[in-house]
Amino acid sequence: MQSIGLSAKDLTVSYGDHAAVKRVSLDFSAKQVTALIGPSGCGKSTFLRSLNRMNDLIPNCTVTGEIWIRDQNINSPSTDVVSLRQKIGMVWQRPNPFHKSIYENIAFGPRYHGTKNKKKLDEIVEQSLRKAALWEETKDRLHNSALALSGGQQQRLCIARSIAVKPDIILMDEPASALDPVSTSKIEELISELKQDYCIVIVTHNMHQAARVSEKTAFFLNGEVVEYDDTPKIFTNPQRPETNDYITGRFG
Amino acid sequence: MSAKTADKIATAVIVGVAAFIVLVLAGLLGFILYRGVGHISFHFLTSAPETIRKGGGIGPQLFNSVFLLVLTMIITIPIGLGAGIYMSEYAPANKITSGIRLIVEVLSSVPSIVVGLFGLLVIVNLFGFGFSLFSGALALTVFNLPLMVRITEQGLKGVPREQKEASLALGLSKWKTITSVMLPIAMPVILTGTILAAGRVFGEAAALLFTAGMSSPRLDFTNWNPLSPFSPLNPFRPAETLAVHIWKINSEGLAPDAAQIAAGASAVLVITVLVFNFAARWLGRYMYRKFTAIK
Ligand SMILES: Nc1ncnc2c1ncn2[C@@H]1O[C@H](COP(=O)(O)OP(=O)(O)OP(=O)(O)O)[C@@H](O)[C@H]1O
Ligand SMILES: [Mg+2]
Repeated sequence: MQSIGLSAKDLTVSYGDHAAVKRVSLDFSAKQVTALIGPSGCGKSTFLRSLNRMNDLIPNCTVTGEIWIRDQNINSPSTDVVSLRQKIGMVWQRPNPFHKSIYENIAFGPRYHGTKNKKKLDEIVEQSLRKAALWEETKDRLHNSALALSGGQQQRLCIARSIAVKPDIILMDEPASALDPVSTSKIEELISELKQDYCIVIVTHNMHQAARVSEKTAFFLNGEVVEYDDTPKIFTNPQRPETNDYITGRFG
Repeated sequence: MSAKTADKIATAVIVGVAAFIVLVLAGLLGFILYRGVGHISFHFLTSAPETIRKGGGIGPQLFNSVFLLVLTMIITIPIGLGAGIYMSEYAPANKITSGIRLIVEVLSSVPSIVVGLFGLLVIVNLFGFGFSLFSGALALTVFNLPLMVRITEQGLKGVPREQKEASLALGLSKWKTITSVMLPIAMPVILTGTILAAGRVFGEAAALLFTAGMSSPRLDFTNWNPLSPFSPLNPFRPAETLAVHIWKINSEGLAPDAAQIAAGASAVLVITVLVFNFAARWLGRYMYRKFTAIK
């Protein structure tokens, strides 16, 4: 059996009275990519953001249920959210590098977590950029502003930034939907590389992308998981008519 | 009437109103500068005023204004930043918080003469600080602090949510996120606002009449011991500022050249406030470019 990276049990997320995610249970395996697909507004982002407790920031948002990493339920109130988030990286739809230099974008996290040695930091920066396939393009201008990079480069920088703090899990919310086709395929290649080390959960509206990069796919509809299975099976032989309708483009 | 005509009329009215406002402002500034600039000289800016003779300057007053500004800012900037950070990032969204916000708004719009009288009753008499720079600084704090709080809060609220989330998602604490990610982004806004607020403090008179006082002791500019009563650096001495001085010589000045001195001092005041405003704009733009720099 595959080792489990992260597992959600009966997760319900509500904004005020409105339940956006309803009793979702999903297991995400380590060293695998899981794609979350479904029509707009069905709760994919909401679900994803609960996994690293990012929804704590939204005042009227309540999350009930359990999220297990190994033997720890991270959705319990006693969890140290700050250190938990170091273990779970996140990448957003729109690239959001810090308004700092390329180097600082990456060194910022590790330095806070205790790596003060300049040489060590240099090493982490180089490794992270290499892993994100950005080193060759940026090694000569590490101390220039990250905002001068192209959108695709910025997104890879954001991925590099998140792996610099050595997470176990990376959550990605439509990481390529704001990018051009070339950048998109670079990000996809990168995801396939990264899954050798991380448990990756990716939200995408692009069926082909889901089919290309993921091992497993979960189909969300109205806050519920309709179907969750191996990706090839979801795309060639879905068990539920709603899934079939969605992947053949009949709605959503 | 066709939509096109209506559009033309509306445009004409708006342009007319705008032109009128600009004209009034330009006229006002022009008049003050025209009357005053001729009187400004090095001697005027550095020497002490005369009571009944000609040729007095505004040196101590200018110094007092700057010193009072610095004192006020030393009090308001840390407290204002702290309160602004609290209001924006820590305060729960409930009735108490919105109550505080309302009070802050009201406080910043209390007429300054009322603040001055309050300062006289509470700071000068009750607390016993007397007519002093320190009392003046506290009075100015009363309406400068709310401004500072609001500027900080708005600056932080303007930081994109993704920036904050990106930092938290790396496992950084809330405090570190605020100081290292959010404040640098908010800094141009906060700095611009602070300088504009400083301009207001610099030109304030009414709140100071009864707090910082309307007289200065003979200052000895060679005495830099802040505890000596004649030292310019002593924050517990009475101090007449430039704006108060203008008011005073205009209403009871005995020197034969009182009118010119008032005009010159007014020009100095206006120029300084203008400098503050332009500095604020320039610095805001400079910092914005620096932080988002395409280098
Ligand atoms: N901050 C919020 N406050 C209140 N309701 C919200 C908030 N964020 C999302 N919602 C609601 O929760 C539901 C799910 O939204 P969510 O963003 O998770 O959908 P999604 O599947 O990610 O959609 P998309 O594919 O368009 O990104 C929607 O009905 C949305 O209106
Ligand atoms: Mg979404």
